[in-house]
Amino acid sequence: MNNQKLEIAGRIFESRLFLGTGKFGSLTDMVQSVIASETDMVTMALKRIDARSHEDNLLDSLRETNVQLLPNTSGARTAKEAVLAAQLAREALETNWVKLEIHPDPKYLLPDPIETLYATEELAKLGFVVMPYIHADPVLCKRLEDAGTAVVMPLGAPIGTNKGLRTQDFLEIIISQSNVPVVVDAGIGAPSDAAKAMEMGADAVLVNTAIAVAGNPLNMAVAFKEGVIAGRRAFESGLGAIANHAEASSPLTSFLFE
Amino acid sequence: MKSFKDVFENYQWDEVKNKLEKVSLSDVRYSLQKKNKTLEDFLNLLSPAASQELELMAGMTQMLTQKRFGKTIQLYAPLYLSNECQNICTYCGFSLDNHLKRKTLSDTELMIEASVLKSMGVNHVLLVSGEANKIVGVPYFQNAVRKLRPHFSNISIEVQPLLEEEYKLLHEEGVHSVLVYQETYHQDVYREYHPKGKKSNFHFRLETPDRIGRAGIHKIGLGVLLGLEDWRVDSFFNALHIDYLQKQYWKSKFSVSFPRLRPAEGIIEPNFIMEDKDLLQLICAYRIWNEDLEISISTRENEVFRNNIVSLGATAMSAGSKTNPGGYAVDKESLEQFETSDERSMEEIKIMIKKSGYDPVMKDWDSVYSGF
Repeated sequence: MNNQKLEIAGRIFESRLFLGTGKFGSLTDMVQSVIASETDMVTMALKRIDARSHEDNLLDSLRETNVQLLPNTSGARTAKEAVLAAQLAREALETNWVKLEIHPDPKYLLPDPIETLYATEELAKLGFVVMPYIHADPVLCKRLEDAGTAVVMPLGAPIGTNKGLRTQDFLEIIISQSNVPVVVDAGIGAPSDAAKAMEMGADAVLVNTAIAVAGNPLNMAVAFKEGVIAGRRAFESGLGAIANHAEASSPLTSFLFE
Repeated sequence: MKSFKDVFENYQWDEVKNKLEKVSLSDVRYSLQKKNKTLEDFLNLLSPAASQELELMAGMTQMLTQKRFGKTIQLYAPLYLSNECQNICTYCGFSLDNHLKRKTLSDTELMIEASVLKSMGVNHVLLVSGEANKIVGVPYFQNAVRKLRPHFSNISIEVQPLLEEEYKLLHEEGVHSVLVYQETYHQDVYREYHPKGKKSNFHFRLETPDRIGRAGIHKIGLGVLLGLEDWRVDSFFNALHIDYLQKQYWKSKFSVSFPRLRPAEGIIEPNFIMEDKDLLQLICAYRIWNEDLEISISTRENEVFRNNIVSLGATAMSAGSKTNPGGYAVDKESLEQFETSDERSMEEIKIMIKKSGYDPVMKDWDSVYSGF
């Protein structure tokens, strides 16, 4: 896996940073941040896309940047709604890529694992490149692989919280046994969190709130780009093991050999 | 079946009022620094003592709102369907005893009004009516929603309280949100202001959000009419209501609105005056207590207040509103519910929001999630 470019469904990604497009104070801030981040893929909510209007249009602005558009199904509460939304997005955006988000709980926006598995099975059969947003649940990740998912997108912390990699232990298990790329989604609050995820061996990260709501979104996008590059380079270079025991100055077992 | 009535009965108006008066500045500061805020904290932040920490509260409100909602404001406009009403509400322009010509939009008129809204760029529409079940009942609403559905991404209603089955029917037609305000949680005062009509039944109204929640409606909007009673006590009860509903109907979103009494035909003066600084404190208290609550600001509020609230907790705003049926085109002079204060156009409001560094959002829902 080391020193290889990220590949998802046959497409090569130069950047391992994906961006969300919500929450920005203006379209200009959003587009400039996308460009500055040098990302190859951005996600946008289908519910925000107005195919009929061309005024201040999110879609038109993003198309100019030439990045892969990844529509998401935010707003769906069930597999059925998500599948319908994905089909509509395929028509509107002319892409069979979809970020599957099913969160029946509008308060914490936590994903429903059961509906997500059903929808992944269905969408994979329909020929979609499915990128499901899920809990950091290693068993669910394996089930999604069986269902034909393109990647898994476990959360680092509840979405929008900027709390970092609270699910680290589970992410490590997922990364160690995954046959599909692992994209850490949600909760990444600082470039150091993104770097940490990459050092752990995650294949990519997705960031939105931390950039969109920053005092200077453009500079923050650059900071994340650099964090991701540094973290990946460290992973590929082989991080030194962290010693979690003391090394006595005179060996404790030397008496055996005296 | 469990309803908010069971919770409500454990609280006494006067006890809440006394508690609010006894809150000290150190109680307020304690609540502000706590990690997980409870209703007790909301009460502290609502208290007269908390007004001394308004600047700090405003800063927290801005930060929390940006974190959860980003730098965005959702825009919508009301579409008044009818001003027919069988209720006497002494503060409302539509009150039955207000002997003025009544108007209910026909299908053709509805579509003319809708086309004006579309030309303003409106994509989220709020349908409003008085309470006249025979003329403007569920079949009327079903028909209106069916007609408007192809033209708007998101349809909300603010109409008379209905039954659970009726809400289900409207949900199936594509209604996304339902707004219903208790007006006041003070039972005696409620009776005084609502002497006649179906609305005089306090408990039927109190249990309405439960029926909306059971019907699976995506968003439930609550509020009290600020000016009828002590806004602090009433707002505590409103938060108590939201707190209960949010736990009970966990798949629904919640929003809160702040109708302050405004002049209308034939109305009485408000008993309790709420100043701008009070309203700001209330909005901050809601946000600091409940990070996920949507906060909606209507054109009842004046320009200066609305310009500043964009970055201080608001998540949705109406603009260019007419509060009378036919007000956009077909019958501009018909009886209105209340006088708007901010009369700027949708376009002007969009420019104002952009100048504040925020993104005016016209579409944040898709009918595919309502099954269409």
